[in-house]
Amino acid sequence: MIARYNLVVMGTSTGGLHALTRLLSGLPANFPLPIAIVQHRSRDSDERLSLLLGGASLVPVYEAEDKQPLQSPGVYLGPPDYHLLIELDSVALSTEEPVAYSRPSIDVLFESAAYSRGSGVIGVLLTGANQDGTRGLQRIKERGGYVIVQNPDSAESAFMPKHAVKNLLPDRVLNLEQIAAELITRASEARPT
Amino acid sequence: MAGSYQSGDIDSASEARAQRFNAGTSELERLEMDLLLLAIYRHHGFDFRSYAPASLHRRIRKHMESAHVTTISRLTELILHEPTALQRLLHDLSVNVTAMFRDPSFFAEFRKSVVPLLRTYPTVRIWHAGCSTGEEVYAMSILLEEEGLYDRCRIYATDMDSTVLDHARQGIFPVSRMKEYTANYFLGGGKRSLSDYFTAKYDGALFAPRLAKNVLFTQHNLAMDRGFSEFNVIVCRNVLIYFDRALKDHTLGLFAESFATLGVLCLGRKESLRFTAFEDDFSALSARERIYRRNK
Repeated sequence: MIARYNLVVMGTSTGGLHALTRLLSGLPANFPLPIAIVQHRSRDSDERLSLLLGGASLVPVYEAEDKQPLQSPGVYLGPPDYHLLIELDSVALSTEEPVAYSRPSIDVLFESAAYSRGSGVIGVLLTGANQDGTRGLQRIKERGGYVIVQNPDSAESAFMPKHAVKNLLPDRVLNLEQIAAELITRASEARPT
Repeated sequence: MAGSYQSGDIDSASEARAQRFNAGTSELERLEMDLLLLAIYRHHGFDFRSYAPASLHRRIRKHMESAHVTTISRLTELILHEPTALQRLLHDLSVNVTAMFRDPSFFAEFRKSVVPLLRTYPTVRIWHAGCSTGEEVYAMSILLEEEGLYDRCRIYATDMDSTVLDHARQGIFPVSRMKEYTANYFLGGGKRSLSDYFTAKYDGALFAPRLAKNVLFTQHNLAMDRGFSEFNVIVCRNVLIYFDRALKDHTLGLFAESFATLGVLCLGRKESLRFTAFEDDFSALSARERIYRRNK
């Protein structure tokens, strides 16, 4: 079987640490798709975020290095003050201008995933207090990928998922505790022939 | 064009990988992108074919938006027939985002572990590769002056884009950034006050011309030009992230040829020699700050 999906990208801002901790702890150690994550963070934030997530996740968590090969199981977290992008088989970093005051930016991650992995991408947008991520999810949809948005009612900060739901039609709108199970199901799906 | 890095016109390996991943960029878009890069190279001599595609394509799409061009092929036509189109594209393709004392802990570490080495040399040659508008070069000049080393230093600051070099030579940076730079400067071990080094006028901060006295700003393209010789330090931070693996290796090879014995290589915070052909040729002076020393 060839798997239908080959990458998960996630984006979150306010409330993200809590949401990511809960989501990642629901995934098995052998989760078959690499996961790239942008959590908005300040320029001088340290590696505590990746340590905290690593402590909660059975899947190994890396603070992404430039050109680090994307492997599974693996979680690749966008480092502070760099954009995180997806190449065909690795992550890439960039110091280009912040987008909507954010570096890393969720839109930059999602758009690059849509362009390099197309219909193989699962995009997940979680809690947050700004508009980042919507445009990126639109690109993922346009290119045949799968879009999951956290149910705004279940989000610590509803603005970001609400903005997405208002502007596009996600494949699933789910409460936080349902997202891990959905990812496990989608990850085992075969590519249609 | 001697020493130019040669990449295939169409990279069949990446094509195969693209198919394996059911890639989102259509066959047609990839063809258009390849033709655009080939046109830029063949017609103008600038080789972007080995740049890391994700961020390069993003910059091309952004340029297309601002230039109101709807297809990549239309942009190719402009590049071939419209004399001013190339300069505008080149400006958008090179990433000229920089800062003084970005990652202050790097500068603190440089003072601690590299400066003592440099004190043992009668003259010090430094190559700042990909210097953009020069903020980091002035930052390094300040550091070297404070450490009493500046007078024996000769600094080559290079970029492929001549317009940013003109900017760098002037040494005028936005006053609006000085608060941030001052904070960085102190965290990086600054010994005086950053305002000692510049004069503010209107919205520009003019840095003391003596900080550029030992600096030669000159055009150089890492993808196409040869190296220089006998550098004690090469600073190339957040430049190699824009290259693909092959061009990154090529550039590191260029640096390897350009080093004096036991030269020091400084990379960006999230760049490393891992996944490159040069991993065993260098030892880390500070793994955290990405400061390496050549083994021979």
